[in-house]
Amino acid sequence: MNKHHVSMSVNGDPVEILCETQQTLLDCLRDELYLTGTKEGCSTGDCGACSVTLNGRLVCSCLVLGVEANGCDIQTIEGIGSEESLHPLQKTFLEEAALQCGVCTPGFIVAAKALLDEKPDPSEEEIRYWLAGNLCRCTGYDKIIKAVIKAAKIMREENEQRTNRRAR
Amino acid sequence: MHQMNFASPKTVAGAIKLLAQNKGKSRVLAGGTDLLVQLRMGKIQPKVIIDIKNIKEANQITTEKNGVRIGAAVSGAILGECDHIKSNWPGVVEALELIGSTQIQGRASLGGNLCNGSPAADSVPALIANEAICRIAGPNGKRDVKVQNFVKSPGKTILKRDEMLTSLFLPNRPAKSSSAYLRLIPRTEMDIAVVGAAAFLTLDENNKCLDAVICLGAVAPKATVVKTAKKILAGNEINNDSLASLAMACENTCDPINDARGTVAYRTKVAGVLARRAVQIAHKRILEKGNL
Repeated sequence: MNKHHVSMSVNGDPVEILCETQQTLLDCLRDELYLTGTKEGCSTGDCGACSVTLNGRLVCSCLVLGVEANGCDIQTIEGIGSEESLHPLQKTFLEEAALQCGVCTPGFIVAAKALLDEKPDPSEEEIRYWLAGNLCRCTGYDKIIKAVIKAAKIMREENEQRTNRRAR
Repeated sequence: MHQMNFASPKTVAGAIKLLAQNKGKSRVLAGGTDLLVQLRMGKIQPKVIIDIKNIKEANQITTEKNGVRIGAAVSGAILGECDHIKSNWPGVVEALELIGSTQIQGRASLGGNLCNGSPAADSVPALIANEAICRIAGPNGKRDVKVQNFVKSPGKTILKRDEMLTSLFLPNRPAKSSSAYLRLIPRTEMDIAVVGAAAFLTLDENNKCLDAVICLGAVAPKATVVKTAKKILAGNEINNDSLASLAMACENTCDPINDARGTVAYRTKVAGVLARRAVQIAHKRILEKGNL
């Protein structure tokens, strides 16, 4: 079997792997790099559990071949926050109980972060449409939407504080 | 597991050579949102996957004298950020943007949607209504074919084994014209069209209809132009009477299937309703442009 040499940046770290043509980016992240935060749900691009960003664009990593990611910049859930310092979205998901089983959560957080990075003050409708490709079978979505709205507010305030400090 | 190779040629000539060498055993990869699903389901077992995203012609948007040329692999997310294209061909952009989620939009392309050959492909009726043209590359050079003549039947296109779609050309539109695309799905997002309707409309100086093209999706084996639409609307005002005649013509054009998403009767009825509303949206867009 022909293996492809793939070099990419994952959460800012340069990585090199060997993969087969049919291995998806999701397979490569989980099975070759052991970054198992990104989840496999449907494998057909319907559920969003495998959401990552590729060169800044939100994609389903199950619908990208690993070899296609050669030379690309990939961001996964592992690059968002840390155990010591959670990202505002991670904090508000906990506070609002926006998860039960948790399988969809990494995808929701990666997708919501992509939205808030682009649009710091989205309306509820915009959030719901943006996240339409992320399925959750536990929460009924309301708590997730609340958590995203709350995180957006925290992120805007943090941003404002940073700007003010710089101005001083 | 069968052996599958991968190639990412930098030129159209390179891709054509690979297509010719593999005699129908290869598959062209653009965004992959259909192809990877088909691979996974075992529907296709290509020997080679040919990724066209590193080919300049297939991945860029260029403005030409008579219109705009969109690379076959340009994603919905990128096209949606082009204000110039959105304002001149609103129906095409809104149709492509209806496909799938934010994640799918990051990859899915006009070229892929067309080559997949689905009768319910959202962007295809809008491309046809706007008289878009396919640029096809092959071993003997390039040829241009109307989008309307590209799909033969579900999943089948006119592409020969050693040919590929490199770009789609959207010809410039008259000043007093606009377009719109509407589709019906059982929910508000993330589903396949029960019916799709694209409208292109041009008005004369008195705001009467000068030209109209209506194309319906998901109501026949391929996207279907309503042949009598221009005859019905041209010379008339866009009002309840003319739209009622148009809706009836749309119903008469339908040849849909019964399936889980909708019955023949339902699809037929909805086709007329959507076409009517799409014309109203295009009409409103023209009048709004006039007020600027």
